[in-house]
Amino acid sequence: MATLSATVDELIEAYGPHLSFEPPGGFANRGAVDRRVETHCCFCGQQCGVKLLVKDEKVVGVEPWEEFPFNRGKLCPKGVKRYLQNNHRDRLLHPLVRTGRGFARIPWDEALDLVAERFERLQRAHGRDSVAVLSGASLTNEKAYLMGKFARLAVGTRHIDYNGRLCMVAAGAANLKAFGIDRAANPWADIAATDLILVVGANVSECSPITTDYIWRARDRGARLIVIDPRLTPIARTSDLYLPVRPGRDSALMNAILHEVVRLGGVDHEFIAQHTSGFEELQRTIAHYAPESVAQEVGIPARRIVEAAQMWVQAPRTMLLHARGIEHHTKGVENVLSCINLVLATGKIGKPGCGYATITGQGNGQGAREQGQRCNQLPGARDVENPQHRAVVAERWGVPESRIPAKGASAPEIIEMSHRGEIRGLLSMCFNPLVSLPDASFTRAALERLDFYVAIDFFLSETARHADLVLPGSLQEEDEGTVTNVEGRVLRLRKAVEPPGEARPDWQIICDLARRFGAGEHFAFSGPAAVFDELRRLSAGAVADYSGITYDKIDRQMGVFWPCPDDDHPGTPRLFEGGRFAHADGRARFHAVEYRPPAEEVDAEYPIILTTGRVVSQFLSGTQTRRIGPLVAHQPEPFVEMHPRLAAKLDVADGDRVRVVSRRGVLVLTAQVVATIRPDTVFIPYHWPGERSANRLTLRAYDPIAKIPEFKVSAVRIEKIAAHAGRTGALPRFAAAEASEP
Amino acid sequence: MIHDLFIDANRCIGCRACVEACSECPSHGGQSMIHLDFLDRTQTVQTAPTVCMHCVDPSCAAVCPADAIKIDDNGVVMTAMPERCIGCGNCSLACPFGVPQLHVEIDLMMKCDLCYDRTSAGLKPMCATVCPSGALYYGTRDEIEDLRRTRATNTFAFGDAAVSTRNHLMAPAGTASIHIHDGAGHSGRGLSRAEQQLGEALC
Repeated sequence: MATLSATVDELIEAYGPHLSFEPPGGFANRGAVDRRVETHCCFCGQQCGVKLLVKDEKVVGVEPWEEFPFNRGKLCPKGVKRYLQNNHRDRLLHPLVRTGRGFARIPWDEALDLVAERFERLQRAHGRDSVAVLSGASLTNEKAYLMGKFARLAVGTRHIDYNGRLCMVAAGAANLKAFGIDRAANPWADIAATDLILVVGANVSECSPITTDYIWRARDRGARLIVIDPRLTPIARTSDLYLPVRPGRDSALMNAILHEVVRLGGVDHEFIAQHTSGFEELQRTIAHYAPESVAQEVGIPARRIVEAAQMWVQAPRTMLLHARGIEHHTKGVENVLSCINLVLATGKIGKPGCGYATITGQGNGQGAREQGQRCNQLPGARDVENPQHRAVVAERWGVPESRIPAKGASAPEIIEMSHRGEIRGLLSMCFNPLVSLPDASFTRAALERLDFYVAIDFFLSETARHADLVLPGSLQEEDEGTVTNVEGRVLRLRKAVEPPGEARPDWQIICDLARRFGAGEHFAFSGPAAVFDELRRLSAGAVADYSGITYDKIDRQMGVFWPCPDDDHPGTPRLFEGGRFAHADGRARFHAVEYRPPAEEVDAEYPIILTTGRVVSQFLSGTQTRRIGPLVAHQPEPFVEMHPRLAAKLDVADGDRVRVVSRRGVLVLTAQVVATIRPDTVFIPYHWPGERSANRLTLRAYDPIAKIPEFKVSAVRIEKIAAHAGRTGALPRFAAAEASEP
Repeated sequence: MIHDLFIDANRCIGCRACVEACSECPSHGGQSMIHLDFLDRTQTVQTAPTVCMHCVDPSCAAVCPADAIKIDDNGVVMTAMPERCIGCGNCSLACPFGVPQLHVEIDLMMKCDLCYDRTSAGLKPMCATVCPSGALYYGTRDEIEDLRRTRATNTFAFGDAAVSTRNHLMAPAGTASIHIHDGAGHSGRGLSRAEQQLGEALC
């Protein structure tokens, strides 16, 4: 029943995206402000400190917060203009119910009753697990905790998962396997203090711009930089060594670098003997990965692989950083493990200026993966399938253990199950899967099959357009709470203004809904501070131990790194000091990884590799940043980036319109011909919906462990669209998709 | 005490945080006084922020027929006085660095005035405060040369014309002065090491 109830144009007219360029009242009338609220950016996992300027109870601007130690006032353009999301004409101000023609206002009480009534009806008819909850990693720790508890105790479904499934899960699963804990091993200050930085699949300058500063501070001291990426990104341009890897070959390349490190005698045998297990098997595996034997497959001359190994061995201290470039793969976990193997085999971890981190992407990418809103996880990063963990949580929640449902489906699986009709009801918060999941046409069909879909959000995202009921929640600056940044540093978000209209803080919506599901006794919170108090106590003794963290301590210390197990504990900026890892025996684990090809290889029909990613001026599915005028002006439309050699073969010139065709769909885009990408690969940024959605081309292939999609490798062909009118060539198979709604 | 700006285009990542931050300065009314250029996007991701160099003897002021461009006691070359500027564009043509931008719709030249309202109050300019790569830095020459391996220079030769400026470019150690030629006899820029290594990719 969830097909659109109005045309896309009508929905855009009513709910946007429209562009905001100026503070309320315009720049000319901004004048002196009433207060400056020290808080953090609402976008990526760096969580830069920023002061929001408030006048007449409206957010009117931004001032750098130079005292905050992580970013010292530095910001990317998103951080500078993020304030324009407030006072936005698209802001959802009232609960909305679907009508035959668009949406109509509905009172809060009726809206909340409707959710409980429709979910309970579905659950009576089709079982408790016929409804699902999809949550987000931009939510505070408090909200993430509430969402997990709400799904399990109030709704009573096993199916709760979050959009971190598209972000951190491959790194998280690999870290857990190797180290027994899922957190950046080092504080970012260690990047500035190292001798060699190896960046693997991370477009640092565009996706985590503040990290650029740490890298340059190291280079100012003489550190060297190696970048592995199919695209010559801004941070790669000045690197000491650049390895333009063919998309999907990362584990083979990392195995080859380690092979060469072993040959050079760069292995730390003492560290391996004392602090690890599994090296013998790894050694047998990597014996087959001599640089010259993998060079053709990985697309890099053997001598450059050797050079990377030499630089790694020569550097006393190293920092290996990776991100979605190696994680968005059907072997995302294996790619990450192949990086960790290099770090462990050389003993380069757990020391000042020496270690390893994944660059977490989403605002609370770290914290939101610890508080129990993942399908396989309970608060404190506990395992929902571990009987002891279940018992502890049940006891502290005051419920029988049987009340906690078993492991549920991951976010992509929830969409697949919705498509199959196994899931019939959905509640989502801050997740826009229609733009962010692969194979967007399939996602849309899945949404259309739902019997009842309720979306909690601040703007009507493309996904929320399909909802039966829309509940206006809060923007980041309209509520209190904590987030945990890329380093594992827990930070405070401070409320700058109240939610407008009838919009409400998300935590209140969830608690009110819980009461309607008859679970009110477990949701009697007076506010975010009370939720934090429960979650930190519940995390005591778990891996992600927040029990010694308080709002006051965060204020005093400008953040607290977990684990922080008691009131007097200052927090733990650096993990694994002295070679002590989080597995029960204190040892880290090597995992031998055999390279295997991506799910979809290029062939004669689809001969070009497509890889997708981001641009600096947009954030993820764009629900916020596609409404901020100055950011949209930087990059109004997606494009397809291709090398001049490929362009010449296709007879395409810079600025030409081309058709990019995959087995899933077709997009018409403008070609950007640049010599800064591999000639066998094209790139499309994915922030846009509908006919501009890169995810109409990507495929539903997932990592078997982490269930992260393979966004970084699809096979496509590209057809030039003739400049003259009346071209009659064969239409692509998916031409129909072009005419359908965004 | 107003310090100087130091520009290291080599570090620039093209994010435009500087441009956006400049527009947020209370006296700029949403208008950025600086710009960011892609040098040749077809060939490279190299970008460069363009802020006023604040010449010691500014040609923009010298060629202004309306005497609209003033230099203050600190040597800051101010943006054109709105009541005087006639929008002729002489300053844009005369500036060797390509800084002043003529806003035809309001017949006014606007350019960076070193965030005068902030710097005169002891604050850093918005652009250099937010720059995430350190391509823009505000402080003293001693401070930046202590932090970095590059060296600051503020003398330039445009052909035979010598220009010295208040602001500095960061250049490799040993660069006393930066010589800018008209391009004749040059076959374009060299490739960076990474750009050469991309050329070696096996496809």
